[in-house]
Amino acid sequence: MITVALWIGFACFAVALVLNLYRLYLGPSIADRVLALDTMVINGIAILILYGIYEGTAVYFEASLLFAMVGFISTVAYCKFMLRGDIIE
Amino acid sequence: MEILIEALIALLIIAAGFFGIVGSYGLAKLPDLMTRLHGPTKATTLGIGGVLIASMLSILLAGKGFSSHELLITLFLFLTAPLTANFLAKSFLHRHMKRREGVPEPHSGRSWATFEAPPETNGEEPNSLEAARQHGDDAAAPAQLEAKTPVSTLPNPPAKAKGAKAKAKAPAKAKAKAKAKAKTSAKRASKKAPPKKTAPKKTAPKKS
Repeated sequence: MITVALWIGFACFAVALVLNLYRLYLGPSIADRVLALDTMVINGIAILILYGIYEGTAVYFEASLLFAMVGFISTVAYCKFMLRGDIIE
Repeated sequence: MEILIEALIALLIIAAGFFGIVGSYGLAKLPDLMTRLHGPTKATTLGIGGVLIASMLSILLAGKGFSSHELLITLFLFLTAPLTANFLAKSFLHRHMKRREGVPEPHSGRSWATFEAPPETNGEEPNSLEAARQHGDDAAAPAQLEAKTPVSTLPNPPAKAKGAKAKAKAPAKAKAKAKAKAKTSAKRASKKAPPKKTAPKKTAPKKS
C-alpha cells in the first residue's frame, strides 16, 4: 500500500517540478523565475523525503534540511540583489 | 493497527502530492506575480508538511523510534515561506510597478510603507543608518548606491550629501503624488482596470 502511494507521490511531485520548469522558462519577470526556483527547491525536498521513506533510511533528512536552508538563503539573496543591486553592502 | 498506520501514511503521501501539484499548477497558470505567490507559499508548504508527517510515521512504524528531524524541517519551512514571499512581493513592487498604481491604497491616505518612510521619523534616517555613516566610510557612498540600485525607488535615499536636491525635489514629488492620485481615482471610476504589469519607468510622473 505504501509503495503505491509512494509512486503516486513521486509522480505528483515530478509533474510539479515540470510545471515549475515551465514557469522558470516562461516567467516574464525575474521575480517569477526566482519564485519558480524556490518552488523547485521545495518540491525537490519533498522528493528527497519520499525517497527516504522508500529506502527506509533516515539519511536523507540532513540532505533535505540543507536543501531547505540553502534554498531559503539563495532566494533571499536573489531578492536582495533585485532590490538593491547588491547582496552585502 | 499496523495496517491503519500504513493507510494513514499512504493517505498523507497522496494528499501531499495533491497539494504539491496544486501549488505548482497555480504557479504555472495564474496571471500575475502577486497572485502566483499564493500557490507555492501555501500549497507546497502543506505538501511538505504531509510528506514529513508521513515519513515520521513510517519511521515510527519501522520501530526505529521517534525522530524529530522532520519537525525541524517543517518548522524551518513554515518560518521561511512567508519571508521569501514577502521579499519577492517587495522586489516585484519596487521593480515592476509604478508607485501608487496597481496597488490598492491604504486606509490612512499615506503611501505604502515600502515606498515611503513612516511619518513618525519625519523622513529622516533611522539611527542605525546615521551611525553607520558617521563611522566614516562613505562620502562617496550615496552616489554609488544611487548608481547601483536598479530603480530609484529607495524608500529613503541617504540624505546628507544631497539634502539640497531632496529639498528641491520635494514639491515636485508632492505634485507627482497628486497626479498619481487623480489618475488612480479616475481609473477606479472607469471600473477596474487590470493592474499594469510592466509599466516603463521613464513615463513616471515624478521626473517633472
